[in-house]
Amino acid sequence: MNHAVKPALLDRASTYLLALAVVVFAVGQYLAFKAPPDAQQGYLVRILYVHVGAAWVAYLAFFVAMLFAVLYLWKQHPAYDRLSSASAEIGLVFMLLTLFGGMMWARPTWGIFWTWEPRLTTSAILTAFYVGYFLLRHAIEDPEFRAKAAAAAAILGVVNIPINYMSVYWWRSIHQTATVDLINRKTHMDPEMLVAMLVNLLAINLFFVAFVRLKGRLAALEAAREERYEQ
Amino acid sequence: MKLKYLVGFLIVMGAIAYLAFGGLGNSLVYYVLPSEYAENPARYEGKRIRLGGLVKEGTVRYDPKSLDLRFVVTDGVVDIPVEHKGTPPELFKDNQGVVVEGRFDGEVFRGENLLIKHSETYQAPPEGGYTPEEVRKLIEEAK
Repeated sequence: MNHAVKPALLDRASTYLLALAVVVFAVGQYLAFKAPPDAQQGYLVRILYVHVGAAWVAYLAFFVAMLFAVLYLWKQHPAYDRLSSASAEIGLVFMLLTLFGGMMWARPTWGIFWTWEPRLTTSAILTAFYVGYFLLRHAIEDPEFRAKAAAAAAILGVVNIPINYMSVYWWRSIHQTATVDLINRKTHMDPEMLVAMLVNLLAINLFFVAFVRLKGRLAALEAAREERYEQ
Repeated sequence: MKLKYLVGFLIVMGAIAYLAFGGLGNSLVYYVLPSEYAENPARYEGKRIRLGGLVKEGTVRYDPKSLDLRFVVTDGVVDIPVEHKGTPPELFKDNQGVVVEGRFDGEVFRGENLLIKHSETYQAPPEGGYTPEEVRKLIEEAK
């Protein structure tokens, strides 16, 4: 390894991705503020443009963490473990944003910040599971054992996602069902609102890909430095 | 094994188990429908429960001075009179989905907490749009 060359944290593709995400997010926010208020709840509906995207990317991130975990168990390469952990970490951040945004939205519309109804309870379980995932990672010192245990947890964790998504259909809840209804293939939304939501969703997805690349690269640099110290 | 993280991990696992077996079990039947109550009133007498349904049209009586709010919750089959104290939430109106936390007191349900269950449909206000103030006024008039 050539130590004279300082490794870049942001490679070219990640830089472009981040820049594109910022531009698309700016357009999305412009569209969100231009979109009409809702007939029932007025401008409060605007929380939706971030809330839906954050929840979707949390699901996506936990799913990607599972994919990298399977890849790690198959190929046994530490890079897959780092990417799995990176994706789970970003998923947890977006899950916390979902919970926070949801509470901000629930207080003025439902009349309460939090209640133990099925969607919220399963969201709390989902969040707690990935908090546990990182405690597990920190509890194990042997890198190989840590990676294997974390991979098992990341695979187990995705079970939460369909339960959380379907909770509003399976059980009585106060949380509304999906507006873009993937089960019944219907959309209950003003076209202008829908476009604004989809552009924001695209932006948050781009952020996710850029963040996973960035975090994976950071973890690789950390691992390389630790290895140098050990030698 | 690092003890500190292991202890944290076990606490979180315990919390998940508690939520999954205790909390989730309770929240699976998040609210009771009026007709379910009517089937077996003795089961719910005096217990703190959530009653869910729609606000029956034309039944809302609100006194802004005493904050007494009376309305009827219906599931289309059984009607239950609700007495609640407090300002109605912004989205409260006829035919709105509501979940009321409280207790049965004879025939009347005494609400302690009034929650709104709004729909998943988001539409622009008709004809060029209301301002939030206008929306608020419309809700006010509907009472």
